Amino acid sequence: MDVETKVREIIAEQAMLDPQDVQMDSTLESLGVDSLGLVESIFAIEEAFDITIPFNANNPSESDFDITSVATIVAGIRKLVDEKVS
Amino acid sequence: MNRVVITGAGTINALGKSVPETLEAMREGRCGIAELEFRDVDRLAIKIGGQVKGFEPEAIFNRQQLTLYDRFTQFTLMAAQEAITQSGLVFGGELAATTGVVLGTAGGGVSTWDDNYRSVYEDGKNRVHPFVVPKLMNNAAASHVSMQYNLKGPSFTVSTACASSNHAMAQAFAMVRSGMARAMVTGGSESMLCFGGVKAWEGLRVMSRDACRPFSANRNGMVQGEGAGVFVFEDYEHARARGAEILAEVVGYAMTSDAADIVMPSKQGAARAIAGALADAGVARDKVGYINAHGTGTAANDKTECAAVADVFGTHADKLMISSTKSMHGHLIGGTGAVELLACIMALRDGIVAPTIGYEEPDPECALDVVPNEARDARVDYALSNAFAFGGLNAVLALKRV
Repeated sequence: MDVETKVREIIAEQAMLDPQDVQMDSTLESLGVDSLGLVESIFAIEEAFDITIPFNANNPSESDFDITSVATIVAGIRKLVDEKVS
Repeated sequence: MNRVVITGAGTINALGKSVPETLEAMREGRCGIAELEFRDVDRLAIKIGGQVKGFEPEAIFNRQQLTLYDRFTQFTLMAAQEAITQSGLVFGGELAATTGVVLGTAGGGVSTWDDNYRSVYEDGKNRVHPFVVPKLMNNAAASHVSMQYNLKGPSFTVSTACASSNHAMAQAFAMVRSGMARAMVTGGSESMLCFGGVKAWEGLRVMSRDACRPFSANRNGMVQGEGAGVFVFEDYEHARARGAEILAEVVGYAMTSDAADIVMPSKQGAARAIAGALADAGVARDKVGYINAHGTGTAANDKTECAAVADVFGTHADKLMISSTKSMHGHLIGGTGAVELLACIMALRDGIVAPTIGYEEPDPECALDVVPNEARDARVDYALSNAFAFGGLNAVLALKRV
């Protein structure tokens, strides 16, 4: 599964946008995804890729998973998927 | 002390998806109890219930709402919409700041617990949806009503098993009567009709396999129902000043605790609650025309309740009418008092007393006028609504015709 396509789909669903409107340099804030939407997105990503994302909603910035932009989220997922395979 | 009136009513239950539909079914003595329909029902010994059929939440709520609304919250929001729309109140400014939501439920999001336990235990999944907690919590329904209607006053959920709604409405009544709030949204809801919910009740061995026949000598237990009832309680002067339609007046209540047994009812506890409600309302015993009974259809409740009524009312007990509408909509547990309040409103406002259906054989231990099988026309000036919960917690409301 193409990580980028899937992540954009998941975030688009949360933001109620078309996946094309979710750019790699978009931030969740700019897309209108709130904290509940973020947690739900993380859940959907974990389900889709069968990975566990080290994300703590209490303090997202200190989590070992960078949610600064769609690009950093995709990179983080790729890393976790690779670790799972190896 | 302010007078308190009901200016809005809403419901969804096995008899109907609105107040008019429900009252029509009660007038006609229709039974809403039928075969249960949900996953794994074949593994249950009890296969009947007052289930809400033909309800399609996907057609009413959007995807985001559905991830947050358990069935008990969905029922509550449907009923609240009907009640608040009828009241005509729009909440802003000071009215919004003081109006709250007090609702009853015994189990809260039972099917959310059930679905997710199934997922992690039976299906072996190790991850659940992030909104499981906000979806199942007992106060979810009250919170969503407050958010949807901008109600910023005192809001909470009361959980006293089968008396939850009556305790909630008693609290809301007290708040409006004291002047703490000009209006309150109150009532309750329940949705336990899922595999785990019914399986738990099966364990107690008090459930009927065929019908709910309150006060009938051949009664053999209770039948669960589901749904919600929601009301707008409002300060009489406030309602009158804006020309609102008044459905009935709430005039008193009492709450008592048996302090005796965790499941067996007590005649004294019930009698103290009934007498207490009359005293609080300042109503003479012989003015009461109708009692909506707790009337569960179990051996223990019905005879205890009749004995309590006989104790409180003396010779007038033979003149008043007492019926159990649970025979039609089933026992809505924490939501039951709310749906049953509708029968009191119908008696007071419309002069029609809902029947106890399924009544087949007189029981000398329940020798009162239980309005068997057919509704009756009668002028009723005062009505009571009884609720006697497991745990020995009792709450009785007194209402008056306006």
